[in-house]
Amino acid sequence: MNYVPNTDYDRSVMLSRIGVTSVDDLFNDLPAQVRHPTLGIPEPLSEIELTRLMSELAHDNGGTHEYALFLGAGAYNHFVPSIVRHIIGRSEFYTSYTPYQAEVSQGTLQSIFEFQTLVCQLMDMDVANASMYDGASAAAEAALLAHHATRRSKVLVAPTVHPDYLAVIRTYCTELGLTVDGRCDFDGCLNTGRVDPSIFSKAIAADTACVVIQHPNFFGCLEDVESLARAAHEAGALLIMIVDPISLGILKPPGTYSADVAVAEGQSLGNTLNFGGPYLGLFAAKQQFLRLVPGRIAGQAYDSEGRRGFVLTLQAREQHIRREKATSNICTNEALNALAALVYLSSMGRQGLRRVAEICLQKSHYAADRIASLRQYELVYPHPFFKEFVIRCPRSVAEVNRYLLEHKVIGGYDLGRFDPVLADCALFCVTEMNTKDEIDTLVQLLGELK
Amino acid sequence: MTEPIICELSSPGRSTGYITKSDVPEKDLADLLPQAFLREELELPELTEREVAGHFIRLSQINYCVDAGFYPLGSCTMKYNPKVNDAVASLEGFTRLHPLQDEDTIQGALRLMYELQEYLCRISGLDTVSLQPAAGAHGELTGILVVRAYHRARGDAQRQIVLVPDSAHGTNPATAATSGHQVVNVKSNAEGEIDIDHLQAQLSDRVAALMLTIPNTLGLFNANILDVAKIVHDAGALLYCDGANMNAIVGQVKLADLGCDVMHFNLHKTFSTPHGGGGPGSGPVAVKESLAPFLPVPLVAKKATESGDRYFLDYDRPQSIGKVRSFYGNFGVLVRAYAYIRSIGEEGLRRVSENAVLNANYLMQLLKGAYYLPYDRTCMHEFVLSGKRQKAQGVRTLDIAKRLIDYGFHPPTVYFPLVVDEALMIEPTETETLQTLNSFANALLQIAEEAATDPEKVLTAPHHTVVGRLDEVTAARKPVLRWQPELERSQQWNNSTISS
Repeated sequence: MNYVPNTDYDRSVMLSRIGVTSVDDLFNDLPAQVRHPTLGIPEPLSEIELTRLMSELAHDNGGTHEYALFLGAGAYNHFVPSIVRHIIGRSEFYTSYTPYQAEVSQGTLQSIFEFQTLVCQLMDMDVANASMYDGASAAAEAALLAHHATRRSKVLVAPTVHPDYLAVIRTYCTELGLTVDGRCDFDGCLNTGRVDPSIFSKAIAADTACVVIQHPNFFGCLEDVESLARAAHEAGALLIMIVDPISLGILKPPGTYSADVAVAEGQSLGNTLNFGGPYLGLFAAKQQFLRLVPGRIAGQAYDSEGRRGFVLTLQAREQHIRREKATSNICTNEALNALAALVYLSSMGRQGLRRVAEICLQKSHYAADRIASLRQYELVYPHPFFKEFVIRCPRSVAEVNRYLLEHKVIGGYDLGRFDPVLADCALFCVTEMNTKDEIDTLVQLLGELK
Repeated sequence: MTEPIICELSSPGRSTGYITKSDVPEKDLADLLPQAFLREELELPELTEREVAGHFIRLSQINYCVDAGFYPLGSCTMKYNPKVNDAVASLEGFTRLHPLQDEDTIQGALRLMYELQEYLCRISGLDTVSLQPAAGAHGELTGILVVRAYHRARGDAQRQIVLVPDSAHGTNPATAATSGHQVVNVKSNAEGEIDIDHLQAQLSDRVAALMLTIPNTLGLFNANILDVAKIVHDAGALLYCDGANMNAIVGQVKLADLGCDVMHFNLHKTFSTPHGGGGPGSGPVAVKESLAPFLPVPLVAKKATESGDRYFLDYDRPQSIGKVRSFYGNFGVLVRAYAYIRSIGEEGLRRVSENAVLNANYLMQLLKGAYYLPYDRTCMHEFVLSGKRQKAQGVRTLDIAKRLIDYGFHPPTVYFPLVVDEALMIEPTETETLQTLNSFANALLQIAEEAATDPEKVLTAPHHTVVGRLDEVTAARKPVLRWQPELERSQQWNNSTISS
């Protein structure tokens, strides 16, 4: 295929205007000895051939269109209203770029402003940015904010935080000389499924910049956020909360707990699973940390006739102005994914989001109760949970999942990958997308495996 | 007309009614969760789908986009985004995949990623690619962390300086600082190239790498690149190449052949994936063999089995810098870039750079009489003009940019790179026609004329947009970053006071 419009005639017109005889002459600055390489890229395909090839590749995968999915662990199968795809597929949003010229980018700018507004409402926080790459990198940037705000160098991460988040926090923090502690009372947490504030608070010291917790945590359990927040704040550390945005339909938001920074994986809000990306990170903070917030922020502004509009603002924090002194090196946000999240939150609305959260809660408890009532299956952590829960199985999770897969069911996450102690434990996830029939089938299949 | 904020359209009690029923027997909420965990208020808008649709369609109508017109934003490569790539990326076999599924059920996705890694290796001449970084700046961070790990593994941990040319994009110094390095600037010479003597003077056994955009942000190819690479390597440092401007040289030269050790691609630029209003992008990192052990986990690998090739996620990389994000990359963007490469093939990639460079040089010829051209030589895919002549007439580059909007064009990048006074950075890309280039040039020539004869027309532009120039200073001084009902009322009151 070809997307270059220039004809031979066009080229000759242009070359003569430039005053050279061939296009090759324009590349004379390139060292001659390495010019004209052979790459070894396959021959071009027509649209028919390309579509066939891509369909074959897609066909070699089996997703939620073919399987019942009970897998979460950081990426979630939630309902995406048709309107989301319709709006984000509009060329005006889809094929525009960063709104550098506000007068012709009001659609993008206003949508960012609305996104910030709805993220603040959902999280009960003061300020939010235009989004980050994903939840994990948002958590890492939050830890850096805490370091800059407190000038302290220790990041204390609860062992019940998603292991990928911990890994990304480590990558971002270590070269800046920060220590990241993710092993505090690790064994205790494996035993109980959540952080024990009385033990954990002892690890919060005078050099602790922040305490990072996830609620609901990696195992699906709700944490004693109030006690952890108190312990962090008493020691002068910031509280960074990683949350599930869908759970905020019914759960108390981070602002209620006085969280200093709240971050989340925003994929659940109107974005498909897409094999792990693109997703978006939600990032919200208390007002006092505004100037340390990374990434793009849209703000309200007026023109000389008093018309309300929106601009990118507070850019003095950002890399294109501050260069090596910027709060972060981030340049873009995940604008289209943020737009999807905005359309999702707008169309689900107050009632819809609450209802989705309630149904996740109801269905996951229905599933957990039924599985736990099977002989030889056990609900490992009997704490309050939202949509994920841990089940100990009579066989290895690999074996269980293989059996389920043969029957078109994708089972839970194998927690043996997290820690060998949990080798026979699976993290199941149930959302509004799982029908009662699917859950009953899952229970029946598990019952067949004794 | 300006559009109300979505919250201003809300009415208590309205809803889309998407989700109401549960097919499992429901229990009392109180039986499932202790009251202490439950929220009281949830302050989201309440609307029907009709209102939501209307609102966002109207917002879309006040947004300029490349599908509708010329978007010569320098350094951003706003080329046409082929539609078939979106169509194939929307196949259920891609969009409905959970990233943690059993490898048996994701062979197609892994094969696509594996082959894309291969193609990017072949295009760059480098040995190993990680597809994980979510954007160009994220690729920079990943690449520079890999450089850091490489030096440390060699007992060279004192290499903590990263050299950055003064013409570099702001993400380069920010990346170096964010990864724990000290940033030292290297000057450009009168030809707009890196000043070799100044570079030589900065090099020492404390330098980790030179970050270089090729071609550079002035749209110029450093003719002395092989010398630059040699003296960097002689000093034991590495050459990091920022691939933001790959559209100029894809298929013309492999960066590895120029001495590049590590680079990132911008799939949303060179490989035509849509920019989405500022993301998602994708910034894969390519490295030489010696740096490969340090790339983030996992990489996509292949092994031969009795039943054919089998693709898998390789986590067994003990020297890896770890993870830079969840999962494996912006997969949806990777699918589009893969489709683009397959659809145009090797000859198509070469045609891209040839025509991108041809278009830029042609446009530069049309404009260099009316505008000052600080580096008057053959450019690559973009060129930088200076508005300093117009500035002398009282018209700034910003005014010229705003006046272009009246002519129906998106303005070029302005005030970057910093080394050019009143910079206008123009990148036409290869997908624009000769006719479009001519009309754009005519508009800019006419504006130059207006600046001389009727500057007021330029200074008050744009004239037909939904809002005029917005007061950015007040917006930053008294930031309003979210909609709040009380605030809105007081603001409206203020405005009515002002206008009365």
